[in-house]
Amino acid sequence: MKEYRTISKIAGPLIFVQKTEPIGYGELVNITLSDGSTKRGQVLDTSDELVVVQVFESTAGLGRDSGVRFTGEAIKMPVGKEMLGRILSGGGKPIDGGPEIVPEKRIDITGAAINPFARGMPADFIQTGISTIDGTNTLVRGQKLPIFSAAGLPHNNVALQIARQAKVPGSVEEFAVVFAGMGITKEEANAFMQDFERTGALERAVVFLNLADDPAVERIITPRLALTTAEYLAFELGMHVLVILTDMTNYCEALRQIGAAREEVPGRRGYPGYMYTDLASIYERAGMIKGRKGSVTQIPILTMPGDDITHPIPDLTGYITEGQIVVSRELHRKGIYPPINVLPSLSRLMNLGIGSGKTREDHKKVSDQLYAAYAEGNDLRGLVAIVGKDALSERDRTFLEFADLFEGRFVRQGIDEDRAIGEGTLDLGWDLLATLPIEQLSRIDRELIEKYHPKFRAK
Amino acid sequence: MEGQQKTGGMLKRIAGPVVTAVGLDAHMYDVVKVGTEELMGEVIKVDGEAIIIQVYEDTTGLRPGEPVSNTGLSLAVDLGPGLLTSIYDGIQRPLEVLVEKMGSFIERGVSAPGIPRDKKWEFKPLAKAGDEVVPGSIIGEVQETNIVHRIMVPPNVKGGKLKSIEGGSYTVEETIATLEDGTELRMMQRWPVRVPRPVREKKNPTIPLITGQRILDGLFPIAKGGTAAIPGPFGSGKTVTQQQLAKWSDAEIVVYIGCGERGNEMTEVLTEFPELQDPKSGKPLMERTILIANTSNMPVAAREASVYTGITIAEYFRDMGYDVSLMADSTSRWAEAMREISSRLEEMPGEEGYPAYLAARLAEFYERSGLVTTLNGDSGSVSVIGAVSPPGGDFSEPVTQNTLRIVKVFWALDAKLSQRRHFPSINWLNSYSLYLDSLADWYDREVSPEWNILRSWAMEVLQKEAELQEIVQLVGSDALPEAEQITIEVARLIREVFLQQNAYDPVDTFCSMTKQYDMMKAIRGYADLAYAAQVAGVPPTQIITIKAKNDLPQIKFTKDYEPMLDGIMKAMEAEFTQLRSSA
Repeated sequence: MKEYRTISKIAGPLIFVQKTEPIGYGELVNITLSDGSTKRGQVLDTSDELVVVQVFESTAGLGRDSGVRFTGEAIKMPVGKEMLGRILSGGGKPIDGGPEIVPEKRIDITGAAINPFARGMPADFIQTGISTIDGTNTLVRGQKLPIFSAAGLPHNNVALQIARQAKVPGSVEEFAVVFAGMGITKEEANAFMQDFERTGALERAVVFLNLADDPAVERIITPRLALTTAEYLAFELGMHVLVILTDMTNYCEALRQIGAAREEVPGRRGYPGYMYTDLASIYERAGMIKGRKGSVTQIPILTMPGDDITHPIPDLTGYITEGQIVVSRELHRKGIYPPINVLPSLSRLMNLGIGSGKTREDHKKVSDQLYAAYAEGNDLRGLVAIVGKDALSERDRTFLEFADLFEGRFVRQGIDEDRAIGEGTLDLGWDLLATLPIEQLSRIDRELIEKYHPKFRAK
Repeated sequence: MEGQQKTGGMLKRIAGPVVTAVGLDAHMYDVVKVGTEELMGEVIKVDGEAIIIQVYEDTTGLRPGEPVSNTGLSLAVDLGPGLLTSIYDGIQRPLEVLVEKMGSFIERGVSAPGIPRDKKWEFKPLAKAGDEVVPGSIIGEVQETNIVHRIMVPPNVKGGKLKSIEGGSYTVEETIATLEDGTELRMMQRWPVRVPRPVREKKNPTIPLITGQRILDGLFPIAKGGTAAIPGPFGSGKTVTQQQLAKWSDAEIVVYIGCGERGNEMTEVLTEFPELQDPKSGKPLMERTILIANTSNMPVAAREASVYTGITIAEYFRDMGYDVSLMADSTSRWAEAMREISSRLEEMPGEEGYPAYLAARLAEFYERSGLVTTLNGDSGSVSVIGAVSPPGGDFSEPVTQNTLRIVKVFWALDAKLSQRRHFPSINWLNSYSLYLDSLADWYDREVSPEWNILRSWAMEVLQKEAELQEIVQLVGSDALPEAEQITIEVARLIREVFLQQNAYDPVDTFCSMTKQYDMMKAIRGYADLAYAAQVAGVPPTQIITIKAKNDLPQIKFTKDYEPMLDGIMKAMEAEFTQLRSSA
């Protein structure tokens, strides 16, 4: 392999190499520094005069005397079953002191798109034991359901609780967790690792860690390495894989950094115009495939800058993912854990995973009724602040009280409290709905009321 | 791609989906084959020696110096028997065939014809030798599914006398008829996607596209041949609304474009449609449907093309005399694909980075809709319903604004409504339909002469409620005058009984125009009784809490609802009579 010493320009994470043989777009590049150390990069732009390479590590120490080798192939991830239980860097190198991974296969990390015709329809209900998810924003195998959070909120605890408790009731299939940390602090990483070790989850997990002080550009490949591993475990080994990606906001910052270094025309708030396509190439790598056993379920976590859900990062994410779980500062301040605000939260695949035979026949309608009643009660709070409780009608007062009950009993639960869907979550929902006059339950048909409403159940 | 190979060129630069070639003799929008794997691309800019090409497949691994050849043809689609029930990617490659050829993931460098070339169809001639035919003339038919596929003289053939025509079993490429000048006619025609298919005349639409969705048919109808936009932030129900339209609208052919959307949602469509029945024919809905699925992680250039592929297929069926409805979900993704390609061309950006030609492209696309007199004198229509996904739900952004300047119907989705699970979450105050006047006659004739009055009444009540709600927010509902307390209750009934509709309930998912009329009449019935009772001195709390109306929502979920509705109305009258006698 020919080594070039023709670097003409270095700008941020990019190097520009001149007078090369024809180089393939997207090729993996190895760069040797004068002290003998090596760095890796990828071709972003290639022509017969100039090749632009994005370097995944810091460009510190790089100079015009550095040597550049083009490997002639795309970036590949060595994968194997023994990866379970291992901790790797954001670039895919073991950092747990263990041996190198002996690959069973090397897979291109870009990941081809799943043909929509070959996709299996997600239909298996995942019980997370968290009422606000199971009851009102159900997670389904093969779904991508992000957690929209903000600085200072306990999104990591929620993600860990999901990872600990997630199961498909009545199923004994093999599962695994793939965790990718991008730009998270050492402290956060430790918290995740300790929890994985405490619960024994690490044995079934593959961990990728790109810490806050690791090179930002490396974050571009971390989620792709993680998803390549997940797809291998799911579609070749038949496991059900839960992928946690945190924090996607750091990923997008890295994307913006490269865009700026390339002097591209920026889109909204300086993020590149292709950020939608780029994020889609990550999020769309979730799902099931007809005729294969496993599944990839994604829970990306992102922190909304300034708690703003219209910021480009949560906005573009919401247009790609199948819903979102929104963590609310207001509930957190009230001391409610998990502080999930169900009103802006949504699971688009919910209806595929619930109902008789999956959860319970009354699930959809109970959920709708809880939503409607809580939304109404929540609106009334604003009114009470102006006119006082006494000015409310009898009907409105019951709704106002319902909103408090809903937050205090349905939303709030223990960090290790694992509620079953039927007796835990849905019956609790009915208990709360029973505080409302029966004729106000307009979303539920008579039959279901007579079957499940506590008033009739007691008889 | 057939056609004569022109002189070959060479790749010079590759940067993402846009590549540069030199030494190529090419015109704008020629389809070219790029690299040794012959990836499909299209010329989008000519700059001196340099030819700029957008590539419809992943360009990873392409090197400068690889060959590029020009097919000399524009990007075109195959039109003929075999289209119905197909599922295509953005450039009309059947996804099912791609699975057979390359497995579950989409690899590149594989081509597949849009309609099967080897399948034989039973061709039944409707013309005979000696007949004079013109472009667009129907010369025969094929029973494709339960839909009859009419075989036409292509618009770009001059026409003349038929020399021979014979029925029988043919593939789409075999000659079925010959003209006197020697032109051979086949069942398949090809048409460049960026060129609208010609028509004789465009007409003003006068018939609504019935969708079975109460808020649409009842309050904001779209006409057959009309255009509508559904903008809304994520999670407000765009996709569900689009899918409901694809399922239940009374068009004869449905083209559904999933443009840059979610893979799992396309799978849901693919799984559901074959199982759903057309309420009219009882046949699977899939038999009248063509799906185009270009998910968000499939190549961006193919996403740009998918919208054109879809509308061209829609126009082809329109030319046969069918009413076609086309759903594009979402046009924002299409606009973003344009933006991405444009920024890679380093064009001077317009508003928010979108190319300056965004408005023109959107207008051109929507203008391909319409109720028309086809070349052969029949009547056909293409209705276009485009979803728009404005960033942050902000309707002032360029795609929404440029779309609203063109379309006649605006269904404004509202995140607030969806948060309280009011579905379909279409805001009744912001939405509008400019077809109301031209469709009024139809409603008079086909539904009831009362309908247009009922509709205006309902809109007034809703408008009044919005004003009253502002007062309630300040002083509470008890402070309102008695009559207005009743107005609030009537508005609540319109919202909860009429406007809310459950797409997942087997009965409520489709509501006939007759049922819509009956429901609205029942609400009006309550309102009349209520106001009369109030005038007679019955306290509003009693009027609002009468029991019979609590059963009204059950009507939605009941198939043979008439006896139930009668019962409710009778009980309601009895209750009112009693209230008035005790007042």
